[in-house]
This record gives sequence, structure tokens and C-alpha cells, in this order.
Amino acid sequence: MSVDEKKKKKVIKIDVDKCNGCRACEAICSAFHAEPKYSNINPEKSRIRVFFDPIRDVYVPVYASEYTGAECSGRGEFTIDEKTYDECCFCGASCPARDLFKDPDCGLPLKCDMCLDDPPQEEPLCVKWCLSDALTYEETDDDEEKEEPKDEMETGLKSLIEKYGFKKVMEILAEKEKTAKGKGAKEE
Amino acid sequence: MRYAETGYNLEIDLSTGNIEKVATDPQDTELYLGGLGTNAKILWDRVGPEVEPFSEKNILIFSAGLLCGTPATGCNRTIVSSISPQTLLMGYSMMGGFFAPELKYAGYDKIIFRGKSPKLVYLWIHNDKVELRDASHLAGKGAVQTDTIIKEELEQPKAHVASIGLAGENRVHYASIEQGRSSASRLGLGAVMGDKKLKAIAVRGTKSIEIARPAEFVELCDEVMEYIKFREENPIKGVPPILAGLGSPQEMKLHDEKWHTENFTWGNARVRRKEFWNEEIEKQWSTTMDGVQTRLLSCYNCPMKCGASINVPGISTYMMKCYSKLTYTMAAFSDLDFGFKIVQKATEYGVDGFTCPQVIAFAIECYEDGVLTDKDMPEFPSDSEGRFYYLLEKIVHREGIGDILANGTHWAAEAIGNGAHKYAHNNIKKHEQLPLKLGMLHPLYFLMYCTGEKLNITQIEGNFPQAAFATQEEKEEFVKDWHQVPDEKFKQWVLDWNLRGDNSIPYYPTPQMSSEIVDWQERMHFIDDSLGTCAGLSSFPLKPAYHMHNYPKFISAGAGFDMDENKLTQAARRNRTLVRAINIRRGMRRKDEVPPEDHWKKRFPELEKDLLDTYYAFRGWNEDGVPTKEYLHEIGLDYVAEDFIARGILKEKGSKPITDESKGS
Repeated sequence: MSVDEKKKKKVIKIDVDKCNGCRACEAICSAFHAEPKYSNINPEKSRIRVFFDPIRDVYVPVYASEYTGAECSGRGEFTIDEKTYDECCFCGASCPARDLFKDPDCGLPLKCDMCLDDPPQEEPLCVKWCLSDALTYEETDDDEEKEEPKDEMETGLKSLIEKYGFKKVMEILAEKEKTAKGKGAKEE
Repeated sequence: MRYAETGYNLEIDLSTGNIEKVATDPQDTELYLGGLGTNAKILWDRVGPEVEPFSEKNILIFSAGLLCGTPATGCNRTIVSSISPQTLLMGYSMMGGFFAPELKYAGYDKIIFRGKSPKLVYLWIHNDKVELRDASHLAGKGAVQTDTIIKEELEQPKAHVASIGLAGENRVHYASIEQGRSSASRLGLGAVMGDKKLKAIAVRGTKSIEIARPAEFVELCDEVMEYIKFREENPIKGVPPILAGLGSPQEMKLHDEKWHTENFTWGNARVRRKEFWNEEIEKQWSTTMDGVQTRLLSCYNCPMKCGASINVPGISTYMMKCYSKLTYTMAAFSDLDFGFKIVQKATEYGVDGFTCPQVIAFAIECYEDGVLTDKDMPEFPSDSEGRFYYLLEKIVHREGIGDILANGTHWAAEAIGNGAHKYAHNNIKKHEQLPLKLGMLHPLYFLMYCTGEKLNITQIEGNFPQAAFATQEEKEEFVKDWHQVPDEKFKQWVLDWNLRGDNSIPYYPTPQMSSEIVDWQERMHFIDDSLGTCAGLSSFPLKPAYHMHNYPKFISAGAGFDMDENKLTQAARRNRTLVRAINIRRGMRRKDEVPPEDHWKKRFPELEKDLLDTYYAFRGWNEDGVPTKEYLHEIGLDYVAEDFIARGILKEKGSKPITDESKGS
């Protein structure tokens, strides 16, 4: 990462009125973050999800934000067009209260990384694939002190430790290491 | 490892409740691609010509296309296939929306239903968990209502639901299958679903679809996306706005309805109102549109906005897709406000937006001419709109005259007698056509109307201009960046094609050229319907994003098997022929391939014969429209030839058919 980039504040702006509900953002996000890149597609693994309720004409793209170990102690409710929606519908946290923003295969939390890539993408791919401009991208100079971004593995491990305890995770890792050695480390 | 597809179908016996997950043969994908192609193969193998549409032995297939659920833009179509109760031929109707990708993410390419459930049920697919659930509480419920209730009771707001309304439950021959902002409307497949006592299918999937060569595939997707943007900014010049852009006709976006209201006919497909459109109407209709539309809507992974949320004060919200906005309006000689209101009811009941208004207009005309009387229609209202609501109710409840009208104009005319067949004047192969009545015979359209296996002109026309350009400059402008042509000669034909005088319709394009143009257009449709790509980005508009040159690359990079233009052309022809073979086995022949008599004022019997002869020969069919043994061998359908010979449809040697009127439909 260059010095210049560090100073940028990256913002994806969401205009819910412009969303046509196609979910192309989900499609390309999940493909981009597949390993290897673009090798599979699964909106459930996307770090952006469109919350939709077509009959009430509600379409809200929501980004995956921080992992949290505990759910909220109390929740707000939104009433839109006479229907009440739980606050969770519009929340980006990967949290124990629900399946949203967790990898459906391994349960690890997902978080938007603005399509971190080498070389960098011009803009996050959800923005690139949103031709109706419901999602737009802006980079502004940022003077605020920034926390170093944690990598995915670190966040994943942290969430496992919070859920099962440090000891249990270490035990399983040790077990895995043994098995891997036993099989001539053929297994990943 | 299977790429682009899951490699599994769900086989569901509704009579016994047995559910199986069955692995499919990858070789079938290479031969028939998927979607319509593999549906046709299954129908050919399992449903003999003796099977009636409403029989336990008829099957109903919901299939995703090969590329559905991949990142390829606009690949989201569900291809529903069965035997149509209206035409008694193979019916394949399609819908966009979100169902097909969700089915893929749940781990299946197709759902194949056989048998009949003893009671009303719905199918719930949640990845590996698949169950038939009681639907007695949904009996009589609207299609949109059913969608809402099911998602709520399953607590699955992200599920996608395909459902039927009352029309499907009552086996109305033009009942649709509704799904969010889309529907599979044509050819009465909703009635087959109702006959099987299947109220709905709900699906939710959280698995992955694999791509064979990811980097290459996404690069192709990016190119398509860039081209869509280019076309949005550069509409085609010299054609009406409705033909200038991509997507299905942009009916929800366009306010200018001059083209449809003045070219299409009103009432029972008879009256053309050439001076209809004026400023006052444009203003009034624009106000109506802006007043009821709350948002333009897309299907899964597609930037086109062909649908819209419609919210008419006082009635519940629904989603409309392109042209139904005008079909009721024009059939009733009414206005747009009426159109938006009645379509809400029609969507809940689940009826085909083309056929239903025509059936009602047919009944009104019969009534006005005394073919139907007050005895048939007690307390029949005097105003057109009132009559539409009255008959819609009768039809979907199959009450009184509605029981007869529920079978479509062809069968209704037969039941009514008394000269009613003259009023069922807009059919091909018993199926209601677009309400179009024109002057001069058009050779391309003549062929497409006669031979289109979908029985629907919008599902066969497309990539070639509908009419000659007026000036040489316009022609040159049009062909200069026309990279989609499969062969350069098509450009020359556009350059040489004149509006009037030499080289104009009906004699130009010549029968040979017409056959080749039709072949290109239908090839594109058959590929789309097998891959699950929306025709709106491919076979339907001029200069589309998908074409014969990039499609093979999409297939190789996505599904991982070798594909080139020749192989793809062969696959499309194979699928086209297989659908035809099913219909031929059910008795369809040349005698059935006639357009509505009044479709064109100026007809040319000799030229028409020449056109059909030439096209049949070009296709590899004999003079009766039956694919020959040699041609079937050439495209790898020897098993069809063997079946035809065993049934006496073809002779062992040579290609002459055995003429037997009793085999006719």
C-alpha cells in the first residue's frame, strides 16, 4: 500500500431510490472474493446484501461491517409503509443473532474490504457493476488516525476464539497439525 | 467437478410424494447445453405422443439455463416445459426474476414433476432439505398473495416463490405461473401445475456455482457490461424508440406509446387506430404512469429495468412486466388507468396477459353479433370495462360461459359453434397471437409465424431489422458497427433491402435469404433458452450484447467444455429439431403452419409456398415439415429417426412421410 493511499477515506454511497433490486452487486462481490478469484459465485458469501421487500417497494443495499461477538442488548424498529422492520434488516454487523454476513460453508464472519486487490481496483466491484448508480464510490482525504486493517484470517480466528474459547481452538489446531503430518501434509 | 451447472436434478413424484436428487449426464450438457435443450430431451424420452396434458404421465419441468447463477449478466431465466393443454404440443414458457439462480444455489439445475398430488401442496427447497407441504390454506389465494404467505410462514424473506392463482387451480388453459416481477405466462403451463395440485414452489439456496476458467469468464462479463453501457448511451438511429435500446421492450420506462397503439390492433385484434396517439393522450397516459409506478425493477444480475412496482391507490401492489400494460387497455378500447387496475387482478388470478384479454374481446364480439346471448351472459354489463371484469371473474372461476372461455378462443369457438370460429381469427396452432394486422406480406415474418415452435413471434424475431431502412445513409450507418452478424452477407442484404420498389417485401429478402435470416434469429433464441440468458440482452433486440461470436467463449470459460461457433450452431439446431420432433410426434405437420388468414391484407400463395418449401429444405425437413433421417443423423438425433420410422412418420428409406390424415392433430 502506498503512502498516498493511506490518506484516502473510501466511501460507498448508497442511494436506495436508485436501486432496481438486481443484486448484481452481490453476484460480483461473492465472485471477486472467491478463492481463487472469480472461481465461484454465491450471493450468500457476498459482503453486500440487498435487503428487499418487493411488495412494499423496499430495497436497501447493506454492507458487511464489523464482526461482533454479542448481539445488541436491545433493538430499534423501523416502520416503513405501515410495515415494521427489525433494525437488524439494515444492520451490517456479522453477529450471533443471525446468519447474515457469515460464510455459509464455515460460518466465519464476512466484512467488506472495498475490494482490496493488487493491483488495486479502480473502484469496488459492486459499484462498477451497479449501472443504475444506486452505489457510487468516493475517495476523500482523510486526516483521522486509522487502525491498521486486520486481515480476514485474523478476524476469523478472533471470532472463533470468542465463540469457543482460546483453549478449544488451540486444541483443534494442534489436532489438525498432527493429522496433516500423519497424511504427509496432503490435506490443506 | 461440474462447472456452471450443479449436475443434479430433483425428481418429484407428486402421486407418491417421493423426492429424489438425481445426478445428470455431463454429456447431455455438451449436446443440449441445458435449459430448454435438456428439457426437450427429457420430454422426448419420457412423454409419448399419447400422453394428455392433464394426465399423471405428463411431466412439468422447471429448469435453470446453463449459465444461470454465474456472473454472466442477465442469465436468470427459468424455462418451464410440459405439454400444453391449449395446443396439445410441447409448451415452453419462460420467466426471468430470481428463481433459476436461487435453484442453482440450492444445488439443482431442474425440478421435474410427475404424477398428481392427492391434495393441494407446495414444494419447499432449502438446499438439501426438500419437502412437499400442505397448501390447503392457500387454495383460492392469489399468486402474489401466495408468495407473501409462504415466505412469512417459512420465515424466509429471501426465498423465491413461483406460484399459481385461481386460474391455475381451475386449469384455465392460459393460466400463468407467477414469480415476483416475472411470469411464465404462455401456453397454459399454470394449468398443468394446477392439475398436478401444485400451488407453488419456494426455493432458497446458499451454495456456490463453480466457474471453469474464472479470469477469462469475468473478462467476458466485463465486456458485456461495457457494451450494455455503450448501447444505453448510443441508441440505434432510424428505428422507433421501442426498438432502439436493449432489454425487453422498455414498456415501464417509455411513455411514448405511438408505436404500439397505432400499429397493434384494438378489441378482438381487428381495429387499427392509425391516428390514435396525440399530445393530449401522451400527457394523460404519462400522468397515469407516473402516478402508479413506484420503481423500475430488474431481474437477477441484470442492469436493464424491464419491470416496475405498480401501486394503484386502493388496490394492492404488484409488479408488472413489459407489455401487459397495453393488452387489456387495447382489447377493451379503454385507457391506461383501466389497464393498470385490471392487470393487478389478472396477476393475482394468474392468467396470460396476451391470451386472456383476447379471449374476453372475442366473447364481447360474439355477444355483440348475437353468437353469444344474454342467456350465456346473464346480467352482462353494458360498458366495456365492466364486461372485462365480469368475464375475467367468470373465466377464472370457470363459471357459466367462463367454463368454455377458459379453454381459449380456439376451443371456445368449437364449443360455442354457431359460426364462432370466425371470431377466433388470430390463432396459430390454437394459440392466440399478438394483435397485429398489417398490409404487405413480410417474408421473414411469414416464416417465423408459420414455423416458430414457441408459437410466439417475440420468441423468434430479433436480431435482423424488422423493416428496410429508408435511405442508403441509414443503411450504411446501421451496418457499420454491426459486429453481431454471424456472416458478413447479412450486412449486404440490409444494404440492398429497400422500403419500396426493387428489392422490397414480399419478394426481398428472397426465400433463400429469408431462410438464413430466420435461421440466425431462431438460433439465437434457442441458445438463449438453453443458457437461460434473457432474450432482452441477446436474441430479441437489434445489436445485442450476446451473439454468436462471444457465446462460445462464455460456454467454454463458464462450463469448461470446448465450444466454438460451429458446435454451438449444431447444438442450437439439435435443440430446435428436438422440440419440433416432439411436436411432429404429436401430429403437427405442414398443414398446421399457417398464419392467421387476416394477418396481412396482401397475400401471395405461390410465394408463400416457395418460402415454406425453401425453409423446410434449408432446415433439413421434408416437404411435410418432418426432419429427414439424413438430417437427424447429421445433428446426432438418430434416436429420433428410429422412433419416427417405428411410428411410420418417416419411411425406412428416403425421406417421404407416410401421409395419414388420422395422424394429424
